[in-house]
Amino acid sequence: MATTTASVRQRPHERHDRWWVEPLTIVLVLGLFAVYAFVVSIQNANYYYDPYLSPFYSPCLTTGCVHPTFPIIGDWYNLSPAFLIVGSPLAFRVTCYYYRRSYYRAFFWSPPACTVPDARAKYSGETRFPFNLQNLHRYALYLAIPVLAILWWDAIEAFRFVVPNPERFSGIAVDFPTDRHFGIGLGTVIMVTNVVLLSGYTFGCHAARYLVGGYLDSFHGKSLRFRLWSWANQLNARHSRWAWFSLFSVMLTDLYVRLCAMGVITDLRWVS
Amino acid sequence: MTDVRMKVWRGDATGGAFVDFTVPADEGMVVLDVVHRIQATHAPDLAVRWNCKAGKCGSCSAEINGHPKLMCMTRMNTFAPDEEITVSPVKTFPVVKDLVTDVSFNYEKAKTIPAFKPKPKEADGTRRMYQEDVERVQEFHKCIECFLCQDVCHVIRDHEENKPSFSGPRYFVRLAALEMHPLDTNDRIDLARLKHGLGYCNITKCCTEVCPEDIHITDNAIIPLKERIVTRTYDPIAWALRRMRGKSGDLGAGEPEPPSA
Repeated sequence: MATTTASVRQRPHERHDRWWVEPLTIVLVLGLFAVYAFVVSIQNANYYYDPYLSPFYSPCLTTGCVHPTFPIIGDWYNLSPAFLIVGSPLAFRVTCYYYRRSYYRAFFWSPPACTVPDARAKYSGETRFPFNLQNLHRYALYLAIPVLAILWWDAIEAFRFVVPNPERFSGIAVDFPTDRHFGIGLGTVIMVTNVVLLSGYTFGCHAARYLVGGYLDSFHGKSLRFRLWSWANQLNARHSRWAWFSLFSVMLTDLYVRLCAMGVITDLRWVS
Repeated sequence: MTDVRMKVWRGDATGGAFVDFTVPADEGMVVLDVVHRIQATHAPDLAVRWNCKAGKCGSCSAEINGHPKLMCMTRMNTFAPDEEITVSPVKTFPVVKDLVTDVSFNYEKAKTIPAFKPKPKEADGTRRMYQEDVERVQEFHKCIECFLCQDVCHVIRDHEENKPSFSGPRYFVRLAALEMHPLDTNDRIDLARLKHGLGYCNITKCCTEVCPEDIHITDNAIIPLKERIVTRTYDPIAWALRRMRGKSGDLGAGEPEPPSA
């Protein structure tokens, strides 16, 4: 094997297209999302507008929640309930193979774009701590699935409108009326769209594709696992789109609920 | 017929520089045609490796405006009329002369992957593969060994010191084709991690972007191999299940025996 290294390697890269647009866009979009998520999580208000619950606060686990899902944590907890659940979706996205591709390029410059040199002189990839923790992505998936199930429940709840009662909208009422009826509002559509996008992202994930059947060498005689693997493959083929669209939909769903709860906009209701 | 400006890297292992050429280009030409015209009219000693001119032999790999591509598959009409085009040799491998590089790194790595070792034949004297299993590994067999994925992979492109411990995307495709093969009996999971350095890959997908055969290298070869390694090495539930079922294998299994050539 020849060991000579040509001086061509030391020259600057030859790309004169706008290779920096993609990493810059990713930095801006993920940065915007991180700032938005932090601000709304710390706010601990305006996350519920009957019957819509912001995905940043679902499941709501404290007795102090405006709309508790599972009130298993008492009044002693006085921080925002969003902090209790942020770990699951955060871990799922941080360890996601697609997001890894994006943030390794955009934030670590490893590399910033194909054939543009790495920012660092030394590189060990995902062989050392903390990057070898990326190998636990499937555990983040295990945590994300129950949260997704709860978001589906929230989406179903978004079809159940309360019979108008002015006292419930005073901002302090936390009782749960049983007098609900079927309805559809713009918030319902947004909540359902959000959970559909999150499901496409979650079940098209590479770890899910592996766990439902990708671990097999032969699918012969395993028709259910082959079918599940094939479906996961179809979702996985557009995993990047599911990843971005679901990220935006979480933010937009929260924004819609928040604006309704703040009284800035009124929920558009077609069936109520 | 219009003139095109092309900067072609010329030199050898000791160094070199871009040389400007202006030659007429005909409609329908590809970059390789222009390089051949430069050879014919300006630089008869310009070294370039090529063979089929149909995107199937993988010989004419180069970097065109910094993008790893096959010269024979890069049409001239994809550039703006007055655009200056740079053509340089692939950077991951040592230059022999001009656009020709020494790609023997790849052949040495290929030798370290044990060959296909099929299961015993069935009672009727045959071995069977089913269509769904054929289709899965068929994608990997499209590889034409142009080594563009090896060229673009920053693990070895930007870090020469990783070459002994990292084999590159081409060989993860090879390992995946064998590891997922329903008839192959060799276990290649520890091999992929410990001898071929799969953990170095941070899945930035450049290999997939440059593949002229549109093989989904990262999604269908590298990541499934990574997931198999997770099951073998990092997943405590998988480890516990193996123990309960009486199968051998601990987390983080030790270094395997060197692969046979």
